Amino acid sequence: MQLTLEFGGGLELLCDSVKIHNVDVSPNNEVDKLTMKDLLVWVRANLIKERPEMFMKDDSVRPGVLVLVNDCDWELSGQLDTPLEEKDVVVFISTLHGG
Amino acid sequence: MENKMESKGGEAARILSEIETLKATRSDLDNRISALEAQLRHLNFEKNNVSCPSISTGFVHGLSPDMIYRYSRQLLLPSFGVQGQSNLLKSSILVVGAGGLGSPALLYLAACGVGQLGVVDHDVVELNNMHRQVIHTEAYIGQPKVKSAAAACRSINSTIQIVEHQEALRTSNALEILSQYDIIVDATDNAPSRYMISDCCVVLGKPLVSGAALGLEGQLTVYNHNRGPCYRCLFPTPPPTTACQRCADSGVLGVVPGIIGCLQALEAIKIASAVGEPLSERMLLFDALSARIRIVKIRGRSLQCEVCGENSAFTQQQFKDFDYEKFTQSPLSVAPLMLNLLPEDHRIHSRELKERIVKGEAHVLVDVRPAHQFKIVSLPNAMNIPLSSLESRLAEISSALKEEEKRKHSGFESSASLYVICRRGNDSQMAVQLLHKVGFTSARDIIGGLEAWARDVDPNIPTY
Ligand SMILES: [Zn+2]
Repeated sequence: MQLTLEFGGGLELLCDSVKIHNVDVSPNNEVDKLTMKDLLVWVRANLIKERPEMFMKDDSVRPGVLVLVNDCDWELSGQLDTPLEEKDVVVFISTLHGG
Repeated sequence: MENKMESKGGEAARILSEIETLKATRSDLDNRISALEAQLRHLNFEKNNVSCPSISTGFVHGLSPDMIYRYSRQLLLPSFGVQGQSNLLKSSILVVGAGGLGSPALLYLAACGVGQLGVVDHDVVELNNMHRQVIHTEAYIGQPKVKSAAAACRSINSTIQIVEHQEALRTSNALEILSQYDIIVDATDNAPSRYMISDCCVVLGKPLVSGAALGLEGQLTVYNHNRGPCYRCLFPTPPPTTACQRCADSGVLGVVPGIIGCLQALEAIKIASAVGEPLSERMLLFDALSARIRIVKIRGRSLQCEVCGENSAFTQQQFKDFDYEKFTQSPLSVAPLMLNLLPEDHRIHSRELKERIVKGEAHVLVDVRPAHQFKIVSLPNAMNIPLSSLESRLAEISSALKEEEKRKHSGFESSASLYVICRRGNDSQMAVQLLHKVGFTSARDIIGGLEAWARDVDPNIPTY
């Protein structure tokens, strides 16, 4: 499944400072749909190059990270259970405090 | 040679102090001039009103002829008009922080005619603020930001009320200060302040225009407005302290907070004038490098939110007693972190090191700052091994030590010392901890880093 993943607010530093990743992620088997929970595991294994604790905590993202699926907060689509479709855009963004 | 340098140093100090004195005099004069100008405007204003009482009282909207002329370009906007301006003039807005975000926000809020404009800050103006904190001028370096910002606002618009709160916002004074305003603008630069201001806005029922900027990115949203979410609905748990970068460490391009600050002023104006759709339940994400702005939909008010949720009863007293520094594990004021990780004999003062170097002690100096900071300034003969790659580059240190021993004591049995420096003396301590663990038992960190070296040993070393 083709997905576009974007990292911002400093999270890109965990993946070689690359912000936009066009990736191909396959579901675990033919029947199951890919969910955000699966995608997080995939991202951690394939894109995060350092300090994984700055990206994840337990099986979700760490506090202070907003997850947006097609420009919409994942809280509104089922969080970890959000199903993903072909060509979806998933944004991971760390909240900023500077000013 | 030494004497000549000293006398040059003395002369430089004398010139610096004369500049300081002249600047103080100039800023004093500027203040007196702007106060007199305000007085004069006020007199003219009264005179006009006296001479034409029928006109000044003749309009139902309450705008004086001067106001109509000053704000005419806003009155001409069909979607803003007299009603929007009149609402704005009756409103009060508080900007917390007169820094990179607060500077443009305050300038536009003063210019557009907010009735009462407050500013809170406890900091003073510094030279390294000026690239982004555009409300301040060089004449105000060393003076309170609130004083400088208020003077700038008054010089743009002497007809509105500008209120100076020259103090740090704390749980002890926040309720009292925020309660005097209709709308709050969060232009602060740290996590505990953001939680504190949001909670205080919930307790008092005030809308909050929240902006943030770092590096080349910015974020903006409106909290606690029209039953929308609060900061805690979005971020119930504070992020780890290592995720909270500061402009003073990570850098920021001046115009980036400028853009977010302008957008904060815009959102505050929209709410105050009751015009348009405020950015509630939505968040604006700005990426300067790729020139992209994305507006995303965010969650609504959370029923489970500990502060604004259905069953929460977060009272004024609970707010006053809440420890925001403990909650976020970081200080409210942004004083740089000063770690103390090492026993005394693993550390050295810059002056003592200077003496040892002058005496010709065999040593290797490792600078553990990131390469781009090393390029700004470094000490002679320092080798740059950033902390992040230290563990994989230990061999370079070993061979540098061997080299130095050979060079200084051809044949003698003696070892070279190992010193570690960074910007302020925090990373260098972490590096020395690591070095001791892997067997470099002579490693010592330079207390206070390059900043201390510049202060105590060589004032010609630039700080940043
Ligand atoms: Zn809430």
